Amino acid sequence: MSVLVFVEVADGQIKKSSLEAISYGAAIAEKANTQVIALVPGTISGYDLSGLGAYGADKVLHAEDEKLNTQGIRAFGTAIIQAMKSADAKFLIMAKSSLSDIIGARVSVEMQAAIATNVSGLPEINGTFSVPRSIYTGKAFGRVELSTECKILGIRKNAVSLRNDDKKAIVEKFAISFADNDFAASITNVEKADGDILLTEAEIVVSGGRGLKGPENWQMLEDLAKALGAGMGCSKPVSDLEWRPHHEHVGQTGVKVSPNLYIAVGISGAIQHLAGVSSSKVIVAINKDEDAPFFKAADYGICGDAFEIIPRLTKAVKALKN
Amino acid sequence: MKILICISHVPDTTSRIKFTADGKQLDKQGLQFIIGPYDDYALARAVELKEAHGGTVTVLNVGTAETEPTIRKALAIGADNAIRIDAEPTDSWFVARQIAEVAKDQGYDLILMGRESIDFNGGVVHGMVAEMLGLQAFSPVMMLDVVDGKVKMAREIEGGKEYLEATMPLVAGCQEPIAEWKIPNMRGIMTARTKPLEVRAASDETKLTTHVHFELPPPKGAVVMIDPSNPEELIQKLVEEAKVL
Ligand SMILES: Cc1cc2nc3c(=O)[nH]c(=O)nc-3n(C[C@H](O)[C@H](O)[C@H](O)COP(=O)(O)OP(=O)(O)OC[C@H]3O[C@@H](n4cnc5c(N)ncnc54)[C@H](O)[C@@H]3O)c2cc1C
Ligand SMILES: Nc1ncnc2c1ncn2[C@@H]1O[C@H](COP(=O)(O)O)[C@@H](O)[C@H]1O
Repeated sequence: MSVLVFVEVADGQIKKSSLEAISYGAAIAEKANTQVIALVPGTISGYDLSGLGAYGADKVLHAEDEKLNTQGIRAFGTAIIQAMKSADAKFLIMAKSSLSDIIGARVSVEMQAAIATNVSGLPEINGTFSVPRSIYTGKAFGRVELSTECKILGIRKNAVSLRNDDKKAIVEKFAISFADNDFAASITNVEKADGDILLTEAEIVVSGGRGLKGPENWQMLEDLAKALGAGMGCSKPVSDLEWRPHHEHVGQTGVKVSPNLYIAVGISGAIQHLAGVSSSKVIVAINKDEDAPFFKAADYGICGDAFEIIPRLTKAVKALKN
Repeated sequence: MKILICISHVPDTTSRIKFTADGKQLDKQGLQFIIGPYDDYALARAVELKEAHGGTVTVLNVGTAETEPTIRKALAIGADNAIRIDAEPTDSWFVARQIAEVAKDQGYDLILMGRESIDFNGGVVHGMVAEMLGLQAFSPVMMLDVVDGKVKMAREIEGGKEYLEATMPLVAGCQEPIAEWKIPNMRGIMTARTKPLEVRAASDETKLTTHVHFELPPPKGAVVMIDPSNPEELIQKLVEEAKVL
């Protein structure tokens, strides 16, 4: 038996959240005394896959098929199912993402495997197998038991720390035989900003709310984000008003983030917004209203005018980095 | 066009969640329940598609009798009839089995759901149903149109959007801005009372997962306020105290 980890690739690069998934898989493999196999789909640029050994992979199956460079949901599922069968995998570990949820669902049915998504920590194994997971959109935690032999876990960001093992993984090519309907849906176009730090992957997120008054004022936040190497987020009204794209909106109906640092600027801190950010390690709120609810959910706060404070923070960060 | 729309019955988004003292169950006291917000977007789109193309919208919920007001609300918004599978929806696989059983051989062109329920946030029921029925699933879908019998969709991907074309039947997990939430009007509320709501027993009892314990996150410590005339101190504290920079 083995532990299979599905590695997500974005623009030819391996996602950091997938490295965490490998480290999570390695923790399970240690307890089960078995090996970790990482399945990498599509073309990889400028990275030696044997390096995944450092995060805990013993072996890498590289399904180097160009057809897997786009998000073909069904095709990814097919690749995983074939890899699981060939490696006799009893675990499938994936970084939680909107893609991994839907792929996991398909694999769950095909492999008769219980699935837990939004997993927030390592499993407890004593007779039963259970994992903690985030539920009620970040407002609570639940412990869920998975009762099938084969199990699928979608791991949240920051649920485990990255390993740093002194080993190299064996890399093998893995050929997949696709079914006719794996590509039945055609992707007609992809709109994506290049070079942006992905919000869900970012270690630091700078997020703006309606307090910023208009889209023209976002440059100020972008400068701060750039200085920090941060991803950009926003509140729902900001994306509803089309000041920012929809995929940047954080909260109950948007993206859930768990970075090391979340900086909220001119966001009131409504419960639906907090639902998407509450598992961040450190939260900073900047708001001119001392009664803004965000201050109750924050670790650090500055009560003042964002238009004065943000440029000074950017300057201080730049000074620090130099 | 024949559309099936699956709704969950969940605590209102403004709710403060509490559990019973033994940590085994949600404490429902004082909670308001609503149609899952993503499911509500899917429902709104389903009603719009019906208005544009004709056909029927059937709403389906797996839940106990307490979900009926939520189902009636979906009927008031514009669904034509409803089915309730009388069971506690505690496991995604179990819920998916019930939905697949209802949908099987009924010729639905579209099976629309939310991208995820906001109680257990599984994000998997749509994918499971599709696989059980041998259909394709797409999620999170933020635009869905039917043009010349083809389904044109936009799916949110990290950092952008992906545009797709597929054929019916298919399953989609929806999110905004696929449509605007619809508020039931008086006429809708009146007619909803007499629209058919059929109750069926669960067809398969298998469950693959059990939530055995619930808890709230540990309370946050008090916020450290920084003097607005010296914001640079924040950066210093993030470096030295919080160690995140
Ligand atoms: C079902 C449902 C789901 C929802 N989901 C989400 C969600 O996912 N994400 C989300 O964000 N919201 C969501 N909302 C909306 C949420 O309830 C709030 O309305 C929203 O978060 C408010 O956005 P805001 O804080 O940007 O704007 P406002 O509430 O308008 O707050 C603006 C803030 O900026 C401050 N401000 C103004 N000027 C300045 C200045 N110069 N300097 C500093 N501060 C300033 C003000 O004091 C105020 O606190 C949802 C609502 C519902 C009903
Ligand atoms: N009990 C239920 N009854 C009907 N549909 C449901 C139920 N639970 C979830 N769904 C649907 O499946 C979607 C995904 O749910 P989940 O996988 O639980 O996040 C939801 O947005 C609903 O559309």
